[in-house]
Amino acid sequence: MREINVDIITEAVCKLAMDACVHLPHDVLSRLEECLENEPFTMAKETLQVIVDNARIASKTATPICQDTGMACIFMEIGQDVHFVGGDLNEAIHRGVAKGYEAGYLRKSIVDDPMFDRVNTKNNTPAAIHYEIVPGEQVTITLAPKGFGSENMSKIKMLKPSDGVEGVKQFVLETIESAGANACPPMVIGVGIGGNFETVALSAKKAMLKELDEKHPDPRYAALEEELLEKANALGIGPAGFGGKTTALALHIETKPTHIAGMPVAVAICCHVARHKKVTL
Amino acid sequence: MIKRITTPLTPEKVRALRAGDQVLISGTIYTGRDAAHRRLCEAVEANQPLPFDPQDAIIYYVGPTPTPPGKVFGSGGPTTSGRMDAYAPTMLSLGLRGMIGKGYRNDAVKEAMKKYQGIYFGAIGGAGAVIGNAVQSCEIIAYEDLGPEAIRRLEVKDFPAVVVIDCEGNDLYEMGRHQYLENCKENAA
Repeated sequence: MREINVDIITEAVCKLAMDACVHLPHDVLSRLEECLENEPFTMAKETLQVIVDNARIASKTATPICQDTGMACIFMEIGQDVHFVGGDLNEAIHRGVAKGYEAGYLRKSIVDDPMFDRVNTKNNTPAAIHYEIVPGEQVTITLAPKGFGSENMSKIKMLKPSDGVEGVKQFVLETIESAGANACPPMVIGVGIGGNFETVALSAKKAMLKELDEKHPDPRYAALEEELLEKANALGIGPAGFGGKTTALALHIETKPTHIAGMPVAVAICCHVARHKKVTL
Repeated sequence: MIKRITTPLTPEKVRALRAGDQVLISGTIYTGRDAAHRRLCEAVEANQPLPFDPQDAIIYYVGPTPTPPGKVFGSGGPTTSGRMDAYAPTMLSLGLRGMIGKGYRNDAVKEAMKKYQGIYFGAIGGAGAVIGNAVQSCEIIAYEDLGPEAIRRLEVKDFPAVVVIDCEGNDLYEMGRHQYLENCKENAA
């Protein structure tokens, strides 16, 4: 058994938040550069150039890439042989978020009560935390600051088994189309299929956070990923919605077994500032 | 061609701009988003004075990051404008001339823009570091308790934007997409 002091978690989360909001992941930046190269529409090319310049300037000057530094989504894989000591793990994570958002001059965007009061908590907590128990004695933390321009455009639908592949395609593409300019395209899209009402959304989020060149291990889903990405980029929405070829940078699918009566589908939409940072302790 | 415009934004200046025009905005603009708009419209309802004069003014839909020491502004790209659709017609009726944001507007806003000669500029969402460089000074003038949503007076120089919807109701989001798809068809033919 391995003991980990929760103060180490606080420090790790703090650093992840500060890094993630300023440095765009490598794979996302290279994909943007690739799209800039291949974009035939003038307005779209100019827009992509600004997006790429912005990411570079942000990283160089330690300025947040986007002012919406998001709700901190935390995915934590905990080895079952780990024992946390020194305090409450949840509190340690929230402390790390508060510290990172303060020290990094990141925007605090969380309100306490969602409907009546809507008072800003002033430290960007609470974070959205997801724990998963895995074998071993390591801890992996992924922090994804998720802006709500794109989050608001994400959707979930309980399809019927008879809706089949066509039903899934239709729902995914209509979600991307209705997201359009609001979601700060080019988007990164995660599709969850299967599971149930609450797990399908999590599958979609996890799919959204995959490395951009990753493919679904089942060749049928991998082909569907490719087809949907191609169709998304044929919509003509383009960077910032001003028209063009580059509407989506990547589309990933994550699947789960489901019930005989259902086929839940969730589409998680992320903007081009597809931020996430991971550390293994 | 890039057009330079300065505030105050008079109806004459608005009428000279068309959807798709690239502009560089200089002068005074005000920030305001969800919670601030709600308070502005509540103030109007209650016949109370507004913290700034909306006549010929521009509102920028943004909630910037905190300003680090030694800098004048943090990161500040546009937020989704559609959430302000409920309030925009009221603001336009008070003389507000320009709105800067990103994303689609509803028909009620477009109608109000035609009626009151308003204009909607789009800035590139997610380009907060670059856009922030156009801000030369920033001062909170109202609703400080709202944090990032407080109303700020910004002095900007060459703030980069595009006319998305002009005062005749032309919409770049429709035109740009249509144009790109037409180009594709022509290339395929």
